[in-house]
Amino acid sequence: MSHSTSFKQTTIGYFSKLFGRGPVLPGESYGAPGVGNSMGISIVTSVAIIFLWWFITHMGWVKPLFLPSPISVLRKFVEIWSEDFGGATLLTHTEASLFRVFSAFFLACVTAIPVGIAMGVNRVFRGIFDPPIEFYRPIPPLGYLPLTIIWLGIEDTQKITLIYLAVFAPMALNARAGVRSVTIEQIQMAYSLGASRAQVIWHVILKGAMPEILTGMRIGIGFGWTTLVAAEMVAAEAGIGHMVLSAAEFLVTDVVIMGIIVIGAIAYAFDLLMRFIERKVVPWKGKM
Amino acid sequence: MSKLELQKVTVIYPPPRKGSSEVHALEDINLTIEGNDFVVALGASGCGKTTLLNVMAGFIQPSSGQVMLNAKRIKGPGADRGVVFQQHALLPWLNVMDNTSFGLMLQREKSEERKKVAAKYLGLVGLEDFLTHYPYQLSGGMRQRVGLARALTSDPAILLMDEPLGALDALTREIMQELVLDIWNQTKKMVFFITHSVDEAIFMATRLIVMSPRPGRIIKSYHLDFNKQFFKNRDARRIKSLPDFIDMRQEVLNIIHSDEIRIDQG
Repeated sequence: MSHSTSFKQTTIGYFSKLFGRGPVLPGESYGAPGVGNSMGISIVTSVAIIFLWWFITHMGWVKPLFLPSPISVLRKFVEIWSEDFGGATLLTHTEASLFRVFSAFFLACVTAIPVGIAMGVNRVFRGIFDPPIEFYRPIPPLGYLPLTIIWLGIEDTQKITLIYLAVFAPMALNARAGVRSVTIEQIQMAYSLGASRAQVIWHVILKGAMPEILTGMRIGIGFGWTTLVAAEMVAAEAGIGHMVLSAAEFLVTDVVIMGIIVIGAIAYAFDLLMRFIERKVVPWKGKM
Repeated sequence: MSKLELQKVTVIYPPPRKGSSEVHALEDINLTIEGNDFVVALGASGCGKTTLLNVMAGFIQPSSGQVMLNAKRIKGPGADRGVVFQQHALLPWLNVMDNTSFGLMLQREKSEERKKVAAKYLGLVGLEDFLTHYPYQLSGGMRQRVGLARALTSDPAILLMDEPLGALDALTREIMQELVLDIWNQTKKMVFFITHSVDEAIFMATRLIVMSPRPGRIIKSYHLDFNKQFFKNRDARRIKSLPDFIDMRQEVLNIIHSDEIRIDQG
């Protein structure tokens, strides 16, 4: 009897801890949502997914045509790295894709951020840019893909333009929102110290908008990866999206999965880099 | 000797909503601040204190009347008037030293000169050991000290302080009152200081103006010298419990209170 009670109590204790019931330990704040480190759990999840994948294929529950094993995907990765698949090696495919995404990303950085800032600080710019951006923003890039082909052909110019358009809107709108996050006191403070309008924009507004600008860059590059495959669907000679599509035509499923993982891994690595830059550039974010 | 003059200043805000009437934030304000005046404006919220300060700072153009600083008409904000904000308005990406010397940077002063001047005023507010700290690493009182040092670096003729101690806890507030008085006494600048606290107003002011809303105007003005006693005995709490001080507080509170009754009934 006493044994079962203690078992019940431990179980309740465990669940209470898991779901944050009960008073917290000193140094923690009661009722704070989602506190604590989740790194360990994330690693366990990732390992579990890969294990489950391996286990299902190992047991032969799903045919390799539909889901090849992790090992054969890895083998394919090594094999294609320097051998031709769909007209180029994996390295060449990756280079082609990275060139497209980062060209578009770079172009968007040097145009969308100034446009967003200008929209934030000047009603004329806001009046000019607001309708076109808000109009095309919700349209999926696949919707205007045919038009870009009619206008620009099927070379890299067209692909970079398509990705650029997808990246532009979120970056511009975030930069604009960043301008609004600067407090009126900070702006008046600068003027009361004798600042010119240009100095206020450069030294107060632009720097104050930095957290949102960086968020916009992260969101923008995310759209970039999403649009990449669409851009490479039509008449590409190289590119990970092209590689995945041509592999799908011949039902080479391991290459399809491998391509998806490569895009995911690069995008994730770049996001980690952006988060690192964010911590370096805007260490005050969320603290004031 | 500097002199700031408000001549028949009236500020009328447009109607806040369709159908409502326009707001007379300030009506016919005449006020002269000169020499070593420490003018404190006291009054309920909405009586136009902050509007008055914004007019002096040059942020708001009066609907009629004018503001003159040393016989020159004020047409906009400028470095000859230092503003200290209620919410410190520090720039989170700059450390204490760079926040303080921000105005000098805008004026394109040389780096060494900037550091020298900023260090001088940071010493004055007692922050010489926090030069490389960032605003988010400072307490509320320390942030306000940086705001004060920053306003001083451009050597303004007048300090305009908009409830600078309003957001601080009671003990920090007492310390900061003494700090502001000491800095005023050392720099011999004119000060225009807004507060909600009757004690703070009476303790710090050489001139106290009590304001009333709708329309915003000065209903009473006193010349006081409790702060002189502070420079003699440095015992703020004793001054605040002197019979004269308590009588003064009673009188001011009565004025504000009867004015509130008038407004509620009117």
